[in-house]
Amino acid sequence: MDWESLMQPLILPLVKIALLIFIMMTAAAYLVLLERWIAAWVQDRKGPNRVGIPLTKIRMFGLGQPLADGLKFIFKEEYTPGHVEKVLYTLAPLSIMAAALAVFAVVPIGDVLPIELPGTSGPIQLIVAPHIDVGMIYIFALSSIAVYGVILGGWSSNNKYGFLGALRSSAQLIAYEIPLGLGILGVVLAAGSLRLDAIIYAQAETGLWNVFAQPLGFSVFVIAAFAEAARLPFDLPEAEQELIGGYHTEYAGMKLLLFLIAEFLHMVVAAFLIVILFLGGWHFWGMTVDASQPIGWPMAIARIAILAIKVLLVIVFFMMVRWSWPRFRFDQLMNLAWKVMLPLGLVNLVALTIAYEYEYVNDLDGTTRGLWIMVAVGWAVALVSWVLAAVFSPLHTDNRPRRDVTDAPEYEYEPETLRQILATGTQRASANGP
Amino acid sequence: MQANDPNIKWIEEPKLGLTGKMYLPLFVQGLTTTTKHLLGPKVTVSYPDVRPTIGNPLIYRGVHRLNKDEQGRVKCVACFLCATACPAHCIDIVGVESPWPDREKYPESFTIDELRCIFCGMCEEACPVDAIELTSLFDLTGRSREEMIFDKEKLLSVYDQTKDTEPMKSNALGGTV
Repeated sequence: MDWESLMQPLILPLVKIALLIFIMMTAAAYLVLLERWIAAWVQDRKGPNRVGIPLTKIRMFGLGQPLADGLKFIFKEEYTPGHVEKVLYTLAPLSIMAAALAVFAVVPIGDVLPIELPGTSGPIQLIVAPHIDVGMIYIFALSSIAVYGVILGGWSSNNKYGFLGALRSSAQLIAYEIPLGLGILGVVLAAGSLRLDAIIYAQAETGLWNVFAQPLGFSVFVIAAFAEAARLPFDLPEAEQELIGGYHTEYAGMKLLLFLIAEFLHMVVAAFLIVILFLGGWHFWGMTVDASQPIGWPMAIARIAILAIKVLLVIVFFMMVRWSWPRFRFDQLMNLAWKVMLPLGLVNLVALTIAYEYEYVNDLDGTTRGLWIMVAVGWAVALVSWVLAAVFSPLHTDNRPRRDVTDAPEYEYEPETLRQILATGTQRASANGP
Repeated sequence: MQANDPNIKWIEEPKLGLTGKMYLPLFVQGLTTTTKHLLGPKVTVSYPDVRPTIGNPLIYRGVHRLNKDEQGRVKCVACFLCATACPAHCIDIVGVESPWPDREKYPESFTIDELRCIFCGMCEEACPVDAIELTSLFDLTGRSREEMIFDKEKLLSVYDQTKDTEPMKSNALGGTV
């Protein structure tokens, strides 16, 4: 067996996987630094700006910080509490990390590279697994496995905070997967394919990004993606102030690091999906797109750069949102998912289906008139349904306990007893009775 | 305390208008605020590189100094009022008979344990001749405990160091002494 026949099925994917893991790990480390910078800047601080090249006095605006953070985690004691379920406790960070990394198998990080390697046909596609036709379904399946890691971690910790975090996480992720899917269905309908690269091409060929044609689907998808990535304002599974970190309360050292990196990778995946599905992927106006023609090096690099910049901007938006809005209460979170996002996603899907059917019947597919119809329908549906949802909003913003359902008996204190209670601050007087 | 306790007074929240319910104005408002702060001036002082500015040195309570009079003699008359006022008992004075005719005593030794001092400023308030004062020097460091016990010479040298930038408070504030 010669090595050329191994090129396409084995060597090339392995090289791609190695590169991708390297890129994603580095990116996750530097995103932590970016997150800390943005957190600091929003709070009028300067943020980490001291660590540069080790053993020198060169500071480089703190760009050495990820290295220092990583070293700190590596040298931390790998402490396992005595009361945990050891096997599952170890398995949880591994499974969540594996799922978070495996998602990238179908995520394109550019278009193609114009290299002809011996044993391969055509230019190299910048996807690890370019021939998976069910890319979107694959991503969904794996992001559901990530929930599994969270639940395992919370349950095996044998800790109430961890368990509450895991419960919240499972409820939240299950609830928001439905609007997420409804948001994606509109895009799949528009592109006619579940492959992420095909979805980009569909947007690039018309020049009409899905965000302009389907603003409602975009809003629903972005909000659901925030919840799926457990970012503020939907970070209830962790909620430091309430749950001391939620499902990873009992973790330390490298296991905690795996959880934290997986969380960042979820955010990166969410950003990639937002860009690829709705913001045109590597496309920018003025770029000639023809899938049948080979592209040169400048175009190949431009496409990678545009995609990377778009993803970075979306990630910055994710980080800005963290400091802009307070966290939802859990019942508000559930109300938003089931009573607002789900109906909005359904309305979006139905409206798009009708519009595409109209296009198809009247043979307007891809023509300028057809595109304008799509945009008009998209925005009209978005505005009307958003206003309707606001007017009939079932969002419960009251922070009081519900007095109407409480079955506590009405207080009927004698004035003397009441005075006694107020003076001592206890209810012992009423419990003993007169 | 239960929700239907008659002692609780519930305050009605203002009702949200349509724009509030649509969440978009709040969305924009929140993002504008954070963006403004993201790009705005920072309050952090990069301390060893940049020294912070002391608002008013006359009311700042930093390292002590012992003032000198016009003839270069120590102003202190060893009355022990500062040592008595000191809540941390960090001032130790040995008073002996003064060689000068205008006062009865002067401090032969005057030591302040800067590690015990809580920088409350009671000593400078108690001093009847404005001899002891707190300067605006704040970065006080030493390599040993002994080094942080300031004797008379060191306290007088703090005066020599700071007299140009910080005049004696009694003069600067228009005092009578």
